[in-house]
Amino acid sequence: MARELSQRADIRSEIMEINLGPHHPSTHGVFRAIVELDGEIVLNCTPYLGYLHRGYEKTCENKKYHQVIPLTERCDYMGASSNSLAYCLTVEKMLEVEIPERAQVIRVIMAELSRIFSHLFWLGTHGHDVGAMTPLFYMLREREEIMNLFELTAGGRLMPNYIRIGGVAKDLEEGFVDRVRAFTNHFDTRVDEYETLLTKNIIYMDRTKGIGLLPLDKAISLGVSGPMIRAAGKAWDIRKSEPYCGYERYDFDIPVEYGCDVYSRYLVRVEEMRQSNRILKQAIQQLPEGPFLATAPGKVFPPQQDIYTKMEALIHHFMLVVEGVRLPVGDCYQSIESPRGELGCYIVSDGGTNPYRLKWRAPAFVNLQALSEMSKGCFFADLIAILSSIDIVLAEVDR
Amino acid sequence: MNDDRIKEKLSEKFGADTLQFETYLGQMSILVPSEKILDVGRYLRDDPELKFDFLTFVGGVDYYPARPRFELVYQIYSVSNTQRLRLKARIDDTDSGPASIESVSKVWMTADWHERETAEMFGVVFEGHPDPRKLLLPDEWRVHPLRKDFPLMGTEEDTPDLPS
Repeated sequence: MARELSQRADIRSEIMEINLGPHHPSTHGVFRAIVELDGEIVLNCTPYLGYLHRGYEKTCENKKYHQVIPLTERCDYMGASSNSLAYCLTVEKMLEVEIPERAQVIRVIMAELSRIFSHLFWLGTHGHDVGAMTPLFYMLREREEIMNLFELTAGGRLMPNYIRIGGVAKDLEEGFVDRVRAFTNHFDTRVDEYETLLTKNIIYMDRTKGIGLLPLDKAISLGVSGPMIRAAGKAWDIRKSEPYCGYERYDFDIPVEYGCDVYSRYLVRVEEMRQSNRILKQAIQQLPEGPFLATAPGKVFPPQQDIYTKMEALIHHFMLVVEGVRLPVGDCYQSIESPRGELGCYIVSDGGTNPYRLKWRAPAFVNLQALSEMSKGCFFADLIAILSSIDIVLAEVDR
Repeated sequence: MNDDRIKEKLSEKFGADTLQFETYLGQMSILVPSEKILDVGRYLRDDPELKFDFLTFVGGVDYYPARPRFELVYQIYSVSNTQRLRLKARIDDTDSGPASIESVSKVWMTADWHERETAEMFGVVFEGHPDPRKLLLPDEWRVHPLRKDFPLMGTEEDTPDLPS
């Protein structure tokens, strides 16, 4: 109806350009877009990026390999552990270090906790964007539990900075496994609770069904990955297609929806939280005893206890701190399934102690490119719903 | 679909000497002559057996002071075959202008923003790009931060093109 009104000849109408952002609550950071409007209909949407560009890749080129880890977590601060995991996997692949079983399982626990963490916050703010205030308070309740878990074992609440080249920084804190078990036992019922708020909510369905269509062929040619491509009917999950960290040993499903719209993306993410919870339950079940850091002198830091008691360990530790680790000459790309999609790290090494070049394949950066495609012809208010369905983290988009 | 089959098909199509194949840590990369990048890309995407329909990223590497100076990296993926492949092309500044290569955004739409970012960071030109504006950096900057001769930190004299 709105379209008919705006096209009537006797009504004065002209294209209006409005500026959205960079400071706007719905942009989840500093994102700016120039939106061309015909009445309330979006004709074109041109994103302007770079307000949060910090020269991440240049900084990495000037840091030693071990020093890059905390930087990676500042990219996607919502799924922090996924970032350091992607980076460490790439470096380990080039160093050819074998990771102990226990460390693998701990990494899976951290990665899945951060996936739930990220999806929870997304769900809360997404609800907020389409006018549902209530969900956010429920999400923050569970998010707080996960932050407490991070704090318990790693010290940091938002950015644990826990994963290291060769394993993890230290062993799990006493009581951590019991608290994760308690969390996994009640989390499923909490997801049911969230679903009562939105899934069958007629206002929410009206706002999201059939909005922001991105069919599969468009999604592939735009390089879209993660929950967005799964909501377009493609069961592609890197945890299944190219397993890392022993994901092939876990029993879980890839949620797929065929609506290609905002509502499908919502359903996929909600189901992903349930699946992550399933993985967490299995992970704490099969958590083996053993070392949490690989034994690779000269490549991986020796355990703290050995530094105090063994001469060689002290020397290796000293050399790693003063000089850093050297990667063989070559290049390598490794990707993981982050909460937002394919998160990849491409490292070029010249044999030195710094990455010669580090390219960060940020999923939010690529997915955001689909915004103009998805928002053409929709209402301006829907543009906000579509933008929030991409699940952007601007720190990762701008790097 | 394995690496040997890709090698065979590409050699058959473009001639055995045109492309250089290299495998490191189980990842195959192909060095493509820079003027052939669009043809190779289009063939890899459209061939019904290869189907590299997904571009993961486009990036650049600066090998200053070596020549040719820039290497462009195209990481591609086949969603249906779950196969990864890396294309590389080397370009250099010429007397007539800055280093340039044809844009692959006609083949993979993903390349749009990646090429804009690479262009501003390295000062290379992607010919035929639909929207060759800057992406992350301010419009008035004339410098290219990811070049190896760009200082990490310094005074205003070191970076005269940056607004103070």
